[in-house]
Amino acid sequence: MKKLLIHGGTAIDPSRGLYEKLDILCVDGKVSEVGKGLSYPDAESLDATGMVVAPGLVDIHCHLREPGYEYKETIATGTRAAARGGFTSVCCMPNTKPVNDCAAVTRQIIETARAAGAVRVYPIGAITKGEAGKELTEVGELKAAGCVALSDDGKPVDDSRRMMLAMEYAAGFGMKCISHCEDRSLAADGSMHRGLQSTLLGLRGIPAAAEEIMVAREILLARELHVPVHIAHISTKGSVELVRWGKAMGVQVTAETCPHYLVGTDALVTEIYDTSTKVNPPLRTEEDREAIVEGLVDGTIDCIATDHAPHHIDEKNVEYASALSGISGFESALGLSYEALVASGHMELPRLLELMSVRPAQILNLPVGGIAPGAIADLAVMDIQTPYVLDPSQFISKGHNNPFGGMKLTARSVYTIVGGNTVEY
Amino acid sequence: MMLARKDLLGLRDVSAQEITLILDTAAQMKHLLSSSNKKSNHLTGKSIVTLFYENSTRTRMSFELASKYMSAVAANISASGSSVAKGETLIDTGRTLDAMGTDLIIIRHPMSGAPHILAKHTRAGIINAGDGMNEHPTQALLDMMTMREHFGGLEGLKVAIVGDILHSRVARSNMWGLTTMGAKVVWAGPRTLMPPASDKLPVECTDCVEDAVRQADVVMALRIQQERMEGGLIPSLREYHSVYGINAERLAMAKPGALLMHPGPMNRGVEVASNIADGDQSVINAQVTSGVAVRMAVMFLLTRRGER
Repeated sequence: MKKLLIHGGTAIDPSRGLYEKLDILCVDGKVSEVGKGLSYPDAESLDATGMVVAPGLVDIHCHLREPGYEYKETIATGTRAAARGGFTSVCCMPNTKPVNDCAAVTRQIIETARAAGAVRVYPIGAITKGEAGKELTEVGELKAAGCVALSDDGKPVDDSRRMMLAMEYAAGFGMKCISHCEDRSLAADGSMHRGLQSTLLGLRGIPAAAEEIMVAREILLARELHVPVHIAHISTKGSVELVRWGKAMGVQVTAETCPHYLVGTDALVTEIYDTSTKVNPPLRTEEDREAIVEGLVDGTIDCIATDHAPHHIDEKNVEYASALSGISGFESALGLSYEALVASGHMELPRLLELMSVRPAQILNLPVGGIAPGAIADLAVMDIQTPYVLDPSQFISKGHNNPFGGMKLTARSVYTIVGGNTVEY
Repeated sequence: MMLARKDLLGLRDVSAQEITLILDTAAQMKHLLSSSNKKSNHLTGKSIVTLFYENSTRTRMSFELASKYMSAVAANISASGSSVAKGETLIDTGRTLDAMGTDLIIIRHPMSGAPHILAKHTRAGIINAGDGMNEHPTQALLDMMTMREHFGGLEGLKVAIVGDILHSRVARSNMWGLTTMGAKVVWAGPRTLMPPASDKLPVECTDCVEDAVRQADVVMALRIQQERMEGGLIPSLREYHSVYGINAERLAMAKPGALLMHPGPMNRGVEVASNIADGDQSVINAQVTSGVAVRMAVMFLLTRRGER
């Protein structure tokens, strides 16, 4: 019988309205007792004095890169990076090599995660075979193998009819489609947000409409079919407005945004042409950033996901237009989100924790940690008092591509507990 | 006085004093160019490499002749027929040239920011000879030199730049340089060929070529490429010429004695009518001469960095 006693911390469980200094006893993967002054000399003891103890964070959008791109990240390194970021569950997108578009690949990911992973890994299967936007994947088999949702992330399903059919077919299996919204004829070969900054730098721009057109399409398809849809990585004000409109109509639309859209704008892309700022969708304007924060505050945007996208340095150490898009985000997600939302006074800490754990878990129907007897002992112990400077070169992730190095942050996870065990990373 | 900078990547951050220094030096260099013995010792013992990832005749030749007139050791690299074609990265190419003791690298590249990335990783000075849609500083300097020769100064001039502004690094560099020197810049062209958020730039923008050209001191036509039509940006070269092309009637709306300029290579009968391209107001060939002088000046000033 494995026992862990977390004592001295402030327990926050947004799903239970809990915000109190309490000790937590975990036994065999579950929380067994919550109370003041607990004493169990036979339990492993974890001192959380001065810290916050919360449900482990849940990321419903990341790239672990394995199989196929192990030089960028592996399930072992990616899940350790996730654990360091306070995540206890992560959902990995299917744009691996081969693409996770069949049960065999799904099973391989799950088995590797079981053997080498530091946190829980839930694969997301492709919507179409090879993410080619044509033939549907075998949704039933993907689900049976362990996929928790479907997405062609990294690419949109260009053809509206195929997307409609995919959403309809998947709904029959209780599977949700996660849409990477990008009209590729509009995004074309752009490498940053289309606006003043792209003009100043002579870089081809990606208009906000490239994202918004497809957000509108997915909402309309979901309305037509009466099925749910989840919008990935919202980056524009227009997308927030569209989701708000969809929800007001009663459409089953949910949406996520990413920490980098809460903190960064296209002003970060400068004459230095720092490719760590290149991400898809691109960093937008201050007006977009503010609208996204507002969307999180009022619940239009349901949750925060990292879109953790590690790349090798050789893929970033090139011309801006040639560089691959993506930010390595596990290890900065909590700190950046806290800065943008809590430290800035937009919301209280429990609400942020909800946006990063309980709510994303609900969207994909995943188990989530909690602080009450019987709850899963997936917890994160966080320090939200000691300032630090973000240093991407010290990331556990193989990808050090993160444009926020040097930022002063205050929140970080110190211990991550999965199933009652403190994760070593 | 010398330039304190290591590189010339664009005119956006170049001061009026620096531009004046370059143009003054270029004026001296021009005397050298017009003498019977063009050889000087300004760059003796310096090695200069042109690294061109895009085709170019005049810019490359201009840099090459400029460096040879000044006795530099000059070499050329084209992307095809070099290790670039074997997949070498830009940074590695830069480091290789550094290791060979290169003093200046002149780079042209189809991607904006490539010279900036190179500059960050090399000891050698970098001169941007055109990067993507970003900047082409020596072109704008040669344009300014040509204007200054004719008008005695740049302050208060009205310069109309007409055509494919969106893809034009020449238009951007001229905007920065000319406005820094106190000239007024007007951009005109079809809206599909204007950069996003142009209204926030220090230029006046108009749909109407006539408005741009009216009372201008300089009319600059930009090259329009056939691909723009295929890309759906303009319907036809025929309509382009009739609405946006610079012809005698439009040029006549500018100030008497206004200059007609073109960065070349020209599409005669498209962005500029042949008769005026070869007419009295055209300084298109004078621009080319200024180009050699300006490049001599820039290379000289950058290689003497730190000296007084």
